[in-house]
Amino acid sequence: MNEDLMPYDPTVDYTGEPAIKEITPDGSKHIPPWKPLNLTRRRFLQGVVCSGIAVSSTAILFTSGTRPARADARAVERLITLNVNGRKRNVDVAPNETLAHTLRYGLNLIGTKVGCNRAECGACAVMADGVSIYSCSTLTHRIKNKSITTIEGIADSDGTLHPVQQAFIDELGPQCGFCTPGQVVTAVSFLKENPNPTVDEARMAMSGNLCRCGAYDHYLKGVMKASEKV
Amino acid sequence: MAYKLIGKDFTPPDLVAKVTGSAKYAGDFRADGMASIKVLGSPMPHAKVKSIDLSKAEAMPGVLATLVPEDVKQPGPAGMAILSSEPAYVGQPIVAIAAENEQLAADALAAIEVELEPLPFCIDPLESLKPDGPNALTGGNVVGRDVEFQEVKWSGKDFALAGEDGLPQGKVPVEWAFGDVDAAFDAAAVVVEETFVHSSNAHHAMEPRSAAAYWENGKCHVWGSTQSTAFAQPGLAKMIGISPAELVFVAEYCGGGFGGKASAYPLMVLPALMSKKMGGRPAMLRVSRAEEYYNGYARAGFQGWGKLGFNKEGRLTAADVFVVQDLGTTTGFWDFNNVGAAISIVFQPESMRFRAIPVLTNTVPKGAQRGPGENQAANMLEPLFDKAARELGIDRVAIRSINAPGEGGKDAKYGAKQGPVTSAYLKEALANGAEQFNWSERSKASGQRNGSKVRGYGVASAYHSAGAAGFDGLVRLSPDGKLHIHTGVGNLGTFSYASTSRVAAEVLGMAWENCIIERGGTTKNLPWNFGQFGSNTSFTMSRTNFAAATDAKNKLLEIAAMELGGAADDYKLENEMVVATADAGKSMSFADCAKKAIDLGGKFSGMEAPEDINPMTAASVAGLAGSGLIGVSKDNMPKTATVPALAAGFIEIDLDLETGKYEILDYLGVADCGVVMHPQGLAAQIRSGAIMGFGLATTERHIYDPEYGRPNAIGLYQAKPKTYLDVPAALQWAAVDLPDEQSPLGSKGIGEPVEGCASAALLCAISDALGGHMFNRTPVVTDMIINAAAGLPQSHKPLQTNCQ
Repeated sequence: MNEDLMPYDPTVDYTGEPAIKEITPDGSKHIPPWKPLNLTRRRFLQGVVCSGIAVSSTAILFTSGTRPARADARAVERLITLNVNGRKRNVDVAPNETLAHTLRYGLNLIGTKVGCNRAECGACAVMADGVSIYSCSTLTHRIKNKSITTIEGIADSDGTLHPVQQAFIDELGPQCGFCTPGQVVTAVSFLKENPNPTVDEARMAMSGNLCRCGAYDHYLKGVMKASEKV
Repeated sequence: MAYKLIGKDFTPPDLVAKVTGSAKYAGDFRADGMASIKVLGSPMPHAKVKSIDLSKAEAMPGVLATLVPEDVKQPGPAGMAILSSEPAYVGQPIVAIAAENEQLAADALAAIEVELEPLPFCIDPLESLKPDGPNALTGGNVVGRDVEFQEVKWSGKDFALAGEDGLPQGKVPVEWAFGDVDAAFDAAAVVVEETFVHSSNAHHAMEPRSAAAYWENGKCHVWGSTQSTAFAQPGLAKMIGISPAELVFVAEYCGGGFGGKASAYPLMVLPALMSKKMGGRPAMLRVSRAEEYYNGYARAGFQGWGKLGFNKEGRLTAADVFVVQDLGTTTGFWDFNNVGAAISIVFQPESMRFRAIPVLTNTVPKGAQRGPGENQAANMLEPLFDKAARELGIDRVAIRSINAPGEGGKDAKYGAKQGPVTSAYLKEALANGAEQFNWSERSKASGQRNGSKVRGYGVASAYHSAGAAGFDGLVRLSPDGKLHIHTGVGNLGTFSYASTSRVAAEVLGMAWENCIIERGGTTKNLPWNFGQFGSNTSFTMSRTNFAAATDAKNKLLEIAAMELGGAADDYKLENEMVVATADAGKSMSFADCAKKAIDLGGKFSGMEAPEDINPMTAASVAGLAGSGLIGVSKDNMPKTATVPALAAGFIEIDLDLETGKYEILDYLGVADCGVVMHPQGLAAQIRSGAIMGFGLATTERHIYDPEYGRPNAIGLYQAKPKTYLDVPAALQWAAVDLPDEQSPLGSKGIGEPVEGCASAALLCAISDALGGHMFNRTPVVTDMIINAAAGLPQSHKPLQTNCQ
């Protein structure tokens, strides 16, 4: 009876033997010896990064699935200071690096999501000087003089949620939650500009944020509820 | 029956993490020295890899390891390969490369020289069935559940008989019937007959399916994105080629699945294999939007034909349906079976014949997408009901109600074998909805003109099976008096992992504040649970949690009797205490019972476990043994019939005849999901399911270039899911709220049909606004509406697919 409910499970087409035929580490010269995680590599790296002498190689990019576009990432990274969530953060940034990548991979602010990497979905929305922008389509160097607020900087430092966050909880805004950081940031930015919006104004302001789950109705109710408290 | 928790709103415990950005999805995990993996996808829709030259790539600095098809094990025929030497769709992974960072991996990928020999390809299932048509895979073009991989070609005569625009009806591997279909058609008052096409469309979850892995101390650790935690683990271990005990699997959050991340999948395996090759070094495969399109599955498309016969009262006396499913390149999902099953239950035909053939094409692999088959059935068949209603002069709600299963489903029949169902209240859902929507009054405005706009109304129903049995439940009362509810179901975003956990709390009378849901990874000692797909959680997991909590309850009563005297029957649970029924002074707190359970050992503390539980559950019980009072049980409750989730949708639109644009003025979705567990969660599903359905009905579709077989609807803006501006600011919902007798608290699932009823209702409303125009195609896109309004021919042939 349960068979009716089984998903498409590609694993049924496989046997259980080891998936790679060559299971010993490849001994070629390109592979450096790998040390287990519990060693002090983290502390070593932190020390180097703090001293500012490391040339980090955090170049991360999205490319199409068929042939990668070659981005010129060999251009020199520069150590810059970013004002993120009220703190000054030093980070190495390549000339072609987007803000989303700097945040996620340079500063480990993983709350900013990358859903499309081409300004279609809004999951990467952050505020630059209070204005909601797509961080996936903004070069970090271009906004280095602006004050950046990510989803991690929305709640108070004591953990008190922003009215938008609380309203999204009360109205059960998120479903899968992947678009939620962007929805929160856009709503916060919008209510700063327009604290007493109509539903249509809110809808328009939020329209750059896709939600594949389709939770628009609940998010909108959240925005309107939050507008009573900001 | 009134419950303390069930039927009440609550705040699911993962919400704060979701609104603060601290929720960790698969791509958010980090490990020291994490290498980056990139995958080279096929630029051709079908090709043979003649050679792969890695020498330049491997000589590049920072390149750590490579995997080619020969390095990895291969699936059986029409399986989904990890890496393929016969790529059968654009984007199919051929080579994977790991490097110190993603840029270096991408550079190395560009330096790989792959020689490909193009092979014949096809993107139209009917083309493949032609006498000399191309096969999407070498050696065959047809495969499916219970259908062997084989080559099927229809004869020239089959095609000639159908004519240019008809559906050829050659031999098929799937055929069933009940009743005397031919006689019923002969006696029918009205017969409607149409061919139709349903497009494929991408799942396009917001989170591309990134994955990461490392090996340590003989175990493989994987962070993956999946709808299901416990259920995905053994399959993933099997693909990696290790025992489940050797796999630590973490899947705390899933950024959207809709069936596309139902369980484990090949892309999730790659980091584990690459890491193995690098001596255990952590490796992450970050997946782009385009790669998500290529590898993230899609809803299966259909080309089909349907003929329905009605008596003059509007009863469906005969149904004859023939569908050709577009599988993409793998066995995929059995949408075709579900089309027949859905028709059989939603419309309860007195006689029916169903034929289906699943055909491989060189398009992306198809998987289950929300209501796989059932929702296409709604979109394909509901407009035919409208056509029949018009010919019979019967109201469109009435004709559905006449045929819908209701009154609990006592006379309802399901599927080819016409088996029973556990409960069905579709008739009631239609009645409640019609009343709340004020259908009979409002629908009189159908066809009313206002400038270039015309008012249209639609109603439709949909089905999905909604529950399974035989999985395990596991709860633990810890000595601090907290109830830990272990759930392996997954976190898709419906919050049913939490609402079904509340069943355990309800059984034990626990305050919800004193309950902790243990979930998100195999490190949490998970019971063997079914996955979070197939609208099953609210039924299946209510049962497992009920079973585990009942076991805990029995143990609490036993312990109290042992400690305070008397028999277990002399005690009851009250306010997290075990209290003697006859003497309120004789009591013991749950916390003390948990401490006592540890002292007692044996079954009480999990030192012993039931023999019939799954090895995964047994291992989890062993992991928890001695830490509290363990409630563990397999769900052995009877399940004697199919559990149906049913829904009805009502919609009002204005259609602009000049622009082809429609505006949804009002929508109401009504669910038959048994007892409502979490009203706010149900409201969210009905509304958001409808929104996904509106996209399915009018904008989302695959498009392939017929000449080169390349996909042209990869990005979100091409695909195209609905935005805030495409849907009303508020949507209405309701529920029948009558119990399913085979669910301990009466609940059953609903996630899928709430999409199908909405999409079909919108299709019907668009037709209604156009005076009953039959598009026979999903989605109905703007240019089709403009053509229809202007009386112009459509730019596509009736059965053309994948390239319209």
